[in-house]
Amino acid sequence: MNGAEMILHYPVEGGNYSTAGEAASKIKKVLKQLGISAELIRRISIAAYEAEMNIVIHAVQGEIRLKVGEKKISITANDKGPGIVDVDLAMQEGYSTAPDSAREMGFGAGMGLPNIEKCADNLQIDSVLKQGTKVVMAFFINQQHERNEN
Amino acid sequence: MNLTKIKELLKADVLVGEEFLDQVEVLTVCGADLMSDVLAFTKEKTLLLTGLTNNQVIRTAEMIDLSGIVFVRGKKPGPDVIKMAKEKRLPLLLTFYPLYETCGILFHTGLQGCSGEYPKVRP
Repeated sequence: MNGAEMILHYPVEGGNYSTAGEAASKIKKVLKQLGISAELIRRISIAAYEAEMNIVIHAVQGEIRLKVGEKKISITANDKGPGIVDVDLAMQEGYSTAPDSAREMGFGAGMGLPNIEKCADNLQIDSVLKQGTKVVMAFFINQQHERNEN
Repeated sequence: MNLTKIKELLKADVLVGEEFLDQVEVLTVCGADLMSDVLAFTKEKTLLLTGLTNNQVIRTAEMIDLSGIVFVRGKKPGPDVIKMAKEKRLPLLLTFYPLYETCGILFHTGLQGCSGEYPKVRP
């Protein structure tokens, strides 16, 4: 990476299931081109895809940002939407406020944020009711980093 | 086991990938309609058996490099979904067996599930 940071932005449209996943797909391609390890690409792809689906399911509009540094890759999902009433509750497997339309697509079963937490080395969620949510996921490139498996 | 053998076992039609079925190796199999579970619990070179036929199934496969998808109980995806799979060179099969029976047929041959907990059952 020569010490330089790369930042890419991908817009995500709320409610549009036909294009949902395109941002995560593009991010995966970029990471492949950069020669990131398959194991790390897999974790980042899953987290980015779940975060993108959350925007599509819950928000009006949003954006996924990919930042690649020398030692760390971060994915930030930022949206304008209803916000999360109780973040701790949203982190529980099986808790969901998603509509049936999400479940018809194979999502909305309350596994999104827990899946993201499993994949990311670090996760931060900031949400403001009736304004939006920002989810920041960090992934360490160094293979020696101890993963927080829980 | 390769997809040609799986096609025979499931008496499946091939919607995408007939020309490269021989080259696609399957190590584990997962049966699910919830894509979040597929994302969370599958390994690489996994074949997905599902009754869900929308484009998010193809996206899920792309994200975690699934070997292919078998649509069960004869549910055929729409042309847009098939087109998307073609672009990604993702094999799609269609079997008339329901999910439970499709799982059983493959499990009986010794193909492992994603937990890897069960010993191989050879007929």
